[in-house]
Amino acid sequence: MAERRLPGFGLSMGVTLTYLSLVILLPLSMIALRTFSATWESVARVVTAPRTLAAFRLSFGAALAAACINLVFGVLVAWVLERYTFPFKRLVDGLVDLPFALPTAVAGIALASVYAKEGWIGGWLAPLGIEVAYTPLGVVVALVFVGLPFVVRTVQPVLRDLDPQIEEAAASLGASRGITFIRVILPGILPAALTGFVVAFARGLGEYGSVIFIAGNMPSRSEITPLLIMIQLEQYDYAGAAAIAFVFLLASFALLFGVNRLTLRRVPRAEG
Amino acid sequence: MATTAARGAAARSVHLDESRWARWALTGAAVAFLLAFLLVPLAAVFHGALREGLWVYLAAIRDPDALAAVRLTLTVAVIVVPFNLVYGLAAAWAIARYRFPGRNALLTAIDMPFSVSPVISGMVYVLLFGAQGLFGPWLVDRDIRIIFALPGIVLATMFVTAPIVARELIPLMEAQGSDEEQAALTLGAGGFRTFLLVSLPKIRWGLAYGTILCAARAMGEFGAVSVVSGHIRGRTNTLPLHVEILYNEYRFTAAFAAASLLTLIALLTLGVQALLARRGGRADGHDATSARRAAA
Repeated sequence: MAERRLPGFGLSMGVTLTYLSLVILLPLSMIALRTFSATWESVARVVTAPRTLAAFRLSFGAALAAACINLVFGVLVAWVLERYTFPFKRLVDGLVDLPFALPTAVAGIALASVYAKEGWIGGWLAPLGIEVAYTPLGVVVALVFVGLPFVVRTVQPVLRDLDPQIEEAAASLGASRGITFIRVILPGILPAALTGFVVAFARGLGEYGSVIFIAGNMPSRSEITPLLIMIQLEQYDYAGAAAIAFVFLLASFALLFGVNRLTLRRVPRAEG
Repeated sequence: MATTAARGAAARSVHLDESRWARWALTGAAVAFLLAFLLVPLAAVFHGALREGLWVYLAAIRDPDALAAVRLTLTVAVIVVPFNLVYGLAAAWAIARYRFPGRNALLTAIDMPFSVSPVISGMVYVLLFGAQGLFGPWLVDRDIRIIFALPGIVLATMFVTAPIVARELIPLMEAQGSDEEQAALTLGAGGFRTFLLVSLPKIRWGLAYGTILCAARAMGEFGAVSVVSGHIRGRTNTLPLHVEILYNEYRFTAAFAAASLLTLIALLTLGVQALLARRGGRADGHDATSARRAAA
């Protein structure tokens, strides 16, 4: 069949590139421009200041911890939603997407009030000596909320399409249910789960709204990188803000690229 | 959802189901996780809003500053959504219908705002148009305000929500292919007519959901808008910023009342999504929906 090239390539491409350049790419390039127009010493001084390094550590550490929690519980939630039945399951399934739709400021104040010492959950944790709100742990809790849907939603369709015959084969060859899960089911869902993990991690790195209410925002302790950038801007230190943003973006992209490469390497093994 | 048992209990050995205890433990752990991180915080919003009674709640919503925030939030969404709709359609058409060099790079660029912190998304406009930004002095001379005014809020919101419509449409249009368009063109329809009468109806549900999601995100954007707004009450305060100010002033009931409006919008969005996923089930496919979510 001779396929005709559909009309509209020039028009759609023109609109896309114009809008993309004006609204996204040109404004983004300002970060590099501003960073490179400052002296090397001043950029280095800002990004290696103890307060900046602490913010980098917290942002990467908390995002990683939250993504790990979401990896484990995301697989669990996907499994339970696909394989078991319980009351209000469809409603719960629909609500998994809530973090996509709920404004981050709303999530922030809700989590802060629930996990505060006198809050519904914080009140239970306080006697155990666990303080969540206004500590770095609060940052992790907020990022778990933000990244919650990703692993669930990437694993669910894979779990649904998994061929039941391979589970039957494993069982008939004498594998216990636990062994079947680890050796047969897990390799099948791992690539999808790791994809969700990477997206959740990326989302957590830059998150601002849901974190600042529960974090307490103490410099060098519970202050995330986006907040530090915000503070620089409020003090009209554009060069400082741009420098921190530049290094943060660069580190984020490099890390995500690395993690992506690592997780993609595992895909062929599980395809078989 | 087909449970393992429903797929043919007779043919299965006992080894294909977890023990009853394991099922209960796993379900319990999953539900506990969702309660702690999702359902309890959701309930806390409405509890916080209504805890002093309905009258206090209504008074908080009808406060002039709150109403001004609602107005501004709607204004921003009304301006942003049409722009992003046209852009999303154009981008999806270019990506899904053609193969060309640099296609992957374009796709990455389209997705870019999703992986940039909202604070940085707002910051780039401050670097451009702020008092000490690239065009700052030029704008001050002409008394044009972009930062700490409506244009800045609109631009920052555009940036953050730009990929949403495109991201909804690309997988949908790729799955559908272009056979119908080819047929229409072969039968002599013009390009514009084909687009209007063939392409648009094919993607209407995806387009509808993309528009709703884009509007919801535009109304709820916080980080990027926070950078460019200046928080001028009654003038540059959107609803999420209004929530922040009230909360920081310890006016918790009013803060949660405003937050409850945004939460209702979010729940409405999820409801529409569930409805459209069922409705578009045949053309669109559950897995396309999942893939879209995963890619977002």
